[in-house]
Amino acid sequence: MQILEFISQHIDIIYLVILMIFVGIELISHVPSVLHTPLMSGANAIHGVVIIGAIIVMGQAEGTLSLVLGFIAVVLGTLNVVGGFVVTDRMLEMFKKKK
Amino acid sequence: MEYILVVAYLIASVTFMLGLKMLSKPDTARKGNLIAAGGMTLAIFATIFLYRGENGQNLGNLLWIFLALAFGTVIGYIMAKRVQMTSMPQMVSFFNGMGGACAALISVIEYQHLLHMTEGSSIVGGLDSGLVGKMFIIFAGLIIGSVSFSGSIIAFGKLEGKINDLNLPGQMFINMGLLLGTLVLAGMFLGGVLSGPTWFYLTLALSLVYGILFVMPIGGADMPVVISLLNSFTGVAAACGGFLYDNYVMLIGGILVGSAGTILTVAMCNAMNRSLLNVLVGNFGGGSGSSDSNKTGGGSYKEISNSDAAILMKYAQKVVIVPGYGLAVAQAQHICHELESILEDGGVTVKYAIHPVAGRMPGHMNVLLAESNVNYDKLVEMEDINPEFNTTDVVLVVGANDVVNPAAKTDPSSPIYGMPILEVENAKNVIVMKRSMKAGYAGIDNDLFYQPKTYMLFGDAKDTLTKLVNEVKSL
Repeated sequence: MQILEFISQHIDIIYLVILMIFVGIELISHVPSVLHTPLMSGANAIHGVVIIGAIIVMGQAEGTLSLVLGFIAVVLGTLNVVGGFVVTDRMLEMFKKKK
Repeated sequence: MEYILVVAYLIASVTFMLGLKMLSKPDTARKGNLIAAGGMTLAIFATIFLYRGENGQNLGNLLWIFLALAFGTVIGYIMAKRVQMTSMPQMVSFFNGMGGACAALISVIEYQHLLHMTEGSSIVGGLDSGLVGKMFIIFAGLIIGSVSFSGSIIAFGKLEGKINDLNLPGQMFINMGLLLGTLVLAGMFLGGVLSGPTWFYLTLALSLVYGILFVMPIGGADMPVVISLLNSFTGVAAACGGFLYDNYVMLIGGILVGSAGTILTVAMCNAMNRSLLNVLVGNFGGGSGSSDSNKTGGGSYKEISNSDAAILMKYAQKVVIVPGYGLAVAQAQHICHELESILEDGGVTVKYAIHPVAGRMPGHMNVLLAESNVNYDKLVEMEDINPEFNTTDVVLVVGANDVVNPAAKTDPSSPIYGMPILEVENAKNVIVMKRSMKAGYAGIDNDLFYQPKTYMLFGDAKDTLTKLVNEVKSL
């Protein structure tokens, strides 16, 4: 019963998750193998969105320990986002069509 | 004001989907990446300035947040700009690990926070089901995030050549046991059987160890698959954060990457004609492979001198170059392009045959060769080049092995049987450039090397190609 209750309380999110799974599959199912590496790298940058959680945690942090951990989390998340997008851009730069 | 935040998140979510879609087409890929990056920037700044906590309070510690952002941006940018094209895969793995660590840290901090709030009383045990749900998400983020972190760092170390394969006896059982132990521990914690920080941090430690042991036995050739899998793990860990904060943009970004990453992983496995399970259990490319990798097998092979090889190619009609991992290691892509240009100037048609899993990641060869200005049209994918080998005079295999092994077609007992290969044995002559007769990642012998039309050219790919270029020039 608890599980059913949980499901009905969070039905919006559950719908969203299921839809996003299908969207994710659909979006990249026709990708040429040439683009596998850049695509993986781009997806890698996108999951850097976890940084938003780190920012929220840090913004609400009280006490030195959570402040320090939060700081590290934001730095790591930023590395993921910035590094991810820049590396992807560098890879894709190579694919410019030459005349 | 909160409405603006919601709209900003909506826009960011759309840019992620649009970005991924555009990333899957060569023409729009770069723009897609920039669009997703723009959406990410919007989401980050909207969060900093517009996010309101449960009691409507603004985010504090803004100075620290900006400091951390600046710090991460500078380091990330420099690392990403400096890295060699050949080291891209490990860079992706490293950044992926950072994301995983970030997700795990969020769980740790949230747990500390909960501990603080419910000081004295045992967590979960006597509390309502809402808190159990929250703890579940915290645990999921913790376990997935830390496995992704330690696994990615090991993958990074392996590709850098700093960490060797390690196969403990009964590793599979140790791994299974660890995973099971971690899950049971988390389950008991959630069920209220266990409580307290000690068990929480034990779960963290076990997850980290599991991540290490999970990647350790997997061979270098399978690393792309592992990185892709860990990439989708981190996506799921990020989505856990979305649950925790009811944050749709985190949820959408995380789940998208989780599902897209899984599909990508499966696509990579398919290209090698292996199942994901087979890769993860790692029965080739791992310990068994390296143990007999020095075996040279039967038969005799012919060597060819640089000058003979140069003559063979110079007077050919059509030459197909098969680049492999050896080319990437030797950083020989530029000199390879030079050889191609000289041959083309002499009226030889030159093409590159790109196997889907050549190099360290699918598409790795394309990136490398494109970097050295090889024309996009010269890179031909496997299905399109295979019918052309009949009319090819010389195939030059540069540091590739398993992807040209005919055993994949002819020998049902071979571990790579069924993997699609480049059918170079149909060409008139094959020159194989290798460092030695050592077997490739699959650890198996290659019949191609002993065929009458095959000539071996030993040495480092870069040195040998340089010599070849000079020989062709002097002809």
